[in-house]
Amino acid sequence: MRPAPGGSPRHRVFVWLVALAVLHALVVFAGVISPYAPEEQDRDHAYAPPTRIHWIDSRGGFHPRPFIRPWLPLEGGLGEFAEDPAQQIPLRFLVAGAPYRLLGVIPCRLHLFATEGARISLLGTDGYGRDQFSRLLYGGQISLLAGWLAAALALLGGTIIGTAAGFLGGWADDALMRVAELFLALPWLYLLFALRAFLPLAVSPLQAFFLVVGVIGAVGWARPARLVRGVVLSAKERDFVRAARGFGASEGYLLRRHVLPETASVLLTQAAILVPQYILAEVTLSFLGLGVPEPAPSWGNLLASLQQYSVLASYWWMCLPAVIMVPFFLGYLGLASALQAWTGPVKIAGGGSGSAE
Amino acid sequence: MRYLLRRALHALLLLFGVSLLAFMFAAMAPGNYLDEMRLNPQIAPETISALRAQYGMDRPFPVRYLRWLGSVLRGEWGFSFAYNRPVASLLVVRARNTLLLAATATALAWLLALPLGVWSAERAGHWPDRLVSAGSAALLVIPELVLALGLLILAVRSGWFPAGGLESLGSGSLSAGRKIADLARHLTLPVAALVLSSIPLLIRHVRAAVAEVLGSGFLWAAEAHGISRRRLLWRHALPAAANPLISLFGFSLGGLLSGSLIVEVVMSWPGLGPLLLEAILTRDLYVVIGCVLLSTLFLVGGNLAADLLLYWADPRIRWEGPEP
Repeated sequence: MRPAPGGSPRHRVFVWLVALAVLHALVVFAGVISPYAPEEQDRDHAYAPPTRIHWIDSRGGFHPRPFIRPWLPLEGGLGEFAEDPAQQIPLRFLVAGAPYRLLGVIPCRLHLFATEGARISLLGTDGYGRDQFSRLLYGGQISLLAGWLAAALALLGGTIIGTAAGFLGGWADDALMRVAELFLALPWLYLLFALRAFLPLAVSPLQAFFLVVGVIGAVGWARPARLVRGVVLSAKERDFVRAARGFGASEGYLLRRHVLPETASVLLTQAAILVPQYILAEVTLSFLGLGVPEPAPSWGNLLASLQQYSVLASYWWMCLPAVIMVPFFLGYLGLASALQAWTGPVKIAGGGSGSAE
Repeated sequence: MRYLLRRALHALLLLFGVSLLAFMFAAMAPGNYLDEMRLNPQIAPETISALRAQYGMDRPFPVRYLRWLGSVLRGEWGFSFAYNRPVASLLVVRARNTLLLAATATALAWLLALPLGVWSAERAGHWPDRLVSAGSAALLVIPELVLALGLLILAVRSGWFPAGGLESLGSGSLSAGRKIADLARHLTLPVAALVLSSIPLLIRHVRAAVAEVLGSGFLWAAEAHGISRRRLLWRHALPAAANPLISLFGFSLGGLLSGSLIVEVVMSWPGLGPLLLEAILTRDLYVVIGCVLLSTLFLVGGNLAADLLLYWADPRIRWEGPEP
């Protein structure tokens, strides 16, 4: 094997972690970075293209402070817009604006940038004139949190069941692994959808959020369980564990002190694989209208309008959120492969059937 | 033979387990199609209770399961309330379309992944390898949904390919050759989305498997005998590396089916995916169960096919005597 590019595996893990931290900070501090609340509508500017940022005015003069020109609906045009050449609205930075709650608790009014008199929408607006940029950032909060919680749930369930199976052995092991096989045998999106199908459809956004998290977690436990079981089985037979047992260590002590710590690296790598997969699961469910419903923004329902042919054909900026999501997945993939290289040759991908990478 | 029988029995048990699991979930589900009907003031309560009795929904769970199992064996797969006909008649058409899509995509993905994987394994560390690795890594991070949407936008903007569906309007009047060409044009986009999303993993596995074999002694010996590089790769290295790849073939089908669910919905390909989605939204639970069971059947069938292939390709599995 050639040496991996970009330094030692440990170094690479660090680099990917930093990159992911930066990306996540954008979403966590959505309140500061986005100029508007995600539900705020501006019906006069439905499907307005991204606002252009100018430095040079019509007479060729340079402005160090960038300005925008508001979109005016074209006379007789079918929802088309043109810039108003008469107006120059300067961008203002770090100003007080609409109130929001930072991290969901701290009341705050600070916005990174804002304009007065006309709305700025860096990624255009949707059918209700809502700012796509703000919705993307706020939607990330929901989608990323859903992915994290669902992964935590799946890993927790998987660890408990896998440890039980590996540690107890015998018929309990057989039974648990047969059930795990059942879950792995299904194409996992079909399973996810089916489970969602049997739960109520019309629910509030908050309920829907927890429903989605629960469903994804309930479907996802099987793979971590199998991996943890493998680690536990091999750890149980390690010499130092046998020695500890020989010294009279209790089962609980063995489990806590010697067996479970062995699973840490597998769980860590699994987390890096599962989180993006589950973010995507939430996105898919919400895209198809089975997840977090409007008006709450999520990455999935942000893309949902693309299912209409007219939106797909006419409003190119509606696809920008999809493009902006990709770096998040890149970050997680990089982290997962760096972790894999760091924690040694534990086979993770490829096995278990049916899950999307 | 014992090996194959065991695998087939295993598959059958698995299907049975999945059906039980799906049915159990469905039984626990709050609300069904008839409950939705009850909201409609134009339908008399007596009609609904008559329907309940007719479909046996007032019976206890085991009875309902057994009745449903019976209908599966009769080839009806339960009853769709929304379409008012046996589920199987709905599934057959949709399953054919999904199979057409999935089979074409699988074949194409493997046809591309094999040479690319072997090529990059042979040139490990050189530019072809790096190019292939970088390309597949880039494809790996683009989610299927985004890929499908991107291709769809491309189709709509360029007008080169139809933006969804299975056939053009009025294609019934076309000649057979035209019909096939029309179908191929409609297949192109969904197949492309599926191939692009499934190929990175395949390439990685082919590369890993071949690279492992390339370092082994028998290949050095073969090379020393003066066997040409190409023959070495395709006749000696690839068969030796085939075992894990054949298993992967079975597994990759599962990913492809899940992927095709998204692609079918986005590109309005009339397969199982849109049917499942529609059934979920109307609470047509027997159709949901049918879709899940059928997709499992595909997956299990794919794995069985892989087992058969393995049985044919690997003499170690055919060996039924004592361990050598």
